[in-house]
Amino acid sequence: MDWMPVLITSGTIGGVGLACGSALALAAKFLSVPEDPKIAELEGILPGVNCGGCGFAGCADYAKAIASGAASVDLCAPGGPDVLKKLAAATGQEATATEKQVAMVLCQGNEHRAVHKHIYNGVADCNAAAMVAGGDMLCTYGCLGYGSCAFVCPVGAIAIKENLATIHPELCIGCKACIKACPRGIIRMVPESRSVHVLCSSKDKGPVAKKACQVACIGCKMCVKLGGEAFEMDGFLAKRNYAIPATSDTAIEKCPGKCIVKIGASEATTQTAPADGAPSGSHA
Amino acid sequence: MAEYILLLISAILVNNFVLTRFLGICPFLGVSKKLSTALGMCGAVIFVMTSGSAVTWAVQHKILNPLGLGYLQTIAFILVIAAFVQLVDIIMKKFLPALHGALGIYLPLITTNCAVLGVAVLNIQLEYSLLKAVFFGFAASLGFSLALVIFTGLREKIDRANPPRAFQGVAIGLITAGLLSLAFMGFANMVK
Repeated sequence: MDWMPVLITSGTIGGVGLACGSALALAAKFLSVPEDPKIAELEGILPGVNCGGCGFAGCADYAKAIASGAASVDLCAPGGPDVLKKLAAATGQEATATEKQVAMVLCQGNEHRAVHKHIYNGVADCNAAAMVAGGDMLCTYGCLGYGSCAFVCPVGAIAIKENLATIHPELCIGCKACIKACPRGIIRMVPESRSVHVLCSSKDKGPVAKKACQVACIGCKMCVKLGGEAFEMDGFLAKRNYAIPATSDTAIEKCPGKCIVKIGASEATTQTAPADGAPSGSHA
Repeated sequence: MAEYILLLISAILVNNFVLTRFLGICPFLGVSKKLSTALGMCGAVIFVMTSGSAVTWAVQHKILNPLGLGYLQTIAFILVIAAFVQLVDIIMKKFLPALHGALGIYLPLITTNCAVLGVAVLNIQLEYSLLKAVFFGFAASLGFSLALVIFTGLREKIDRANPPRAFQGVAIGLITAGLLSLAFMGFANMVK
């Protein structure tokens, strides 16, 4: 039997493979980009949800930014205080305790409570719906309910029930993706420990707001009188001042618009102010 | 010149790699959910198919043919393309970090793709010269990019239009791909 063809064949393929392999090995050796071992360590600490809430393209990118000193360690919302502490320890930066912030939809106008202006049957997307004559709801401030926020939520914390978006605070990782997606701008970050909220965003005068929605803030200032500094007025709209705990329930009971609600347990009276400069509510 | 223009039209519209030859279906379905990722993939495909054509042409005509080993084409091409792309990946990371950031994750994905191998094999079967082979690789990758971008645009819209539950996701995607392919059949036999 003639073994030459076999030898030539295997020799050629083997030779090509060897040449390619050595070229790659040499390239890897001489052209390698030195990577900071710190990046891998920081990436291990980060939760790896790649939500983009820190402003970087995923956890790996953020780790790179921290290692190069371009970013501070306190940008990871999903990680919370645990990750912050570990990152601070790994980089030697000082950790400032921040309270976890969760997103909240400041609207209660579902399909039964809020009045429809026209019927919209285009693509199921809030931004598209808002472009057609300013949305299909009579209230120009409220939730449109087509779920653009739920679509972008990386953890599925947003439920659309009866044309109203509701965020489950226990699932929210605080990445703010929904805030960017909402064309109405009615989602804002609130401190997790706060349970009393003004769930209305209508800046309309009382009669107009009431006509558009059963659970609208009519600007009666009742909550400010009863609840003190925990509430404040912005024109015809009451807002929650989250720096002050709302201790009494009288404002909730007396609110004629039924737009002040308590979600979860009562608020503790001793409470450190949220770290991002205590959002006063007037610039939601 | 006219020959090259016809080759371009043929590779993009008439004999589109994805929609007529059914090559490269994997990335066509896999990375067609978002336009930004689809464009990154297009960049990587254009790069790999164009340069891969040149490399495989050289391997066929300088190594395999003189030794009478034309039948080893497939295995040799896969080996060479994979190593070549890896090498380019390393070089790019070193000298063009910005481009590496844009194409980096898509390059390894496309390495051993059937569209890339398909264009290399077709170059040899049709007995193209080196210049023509590279041009054909470039034109074919443009055709792939066109199909991918059109398909991604359609899928993005369909995803938001709430198809019936049974059709959601891949099912409606495959139906769309079939209709798109049918549409491209309209170009059949325009250019040989």
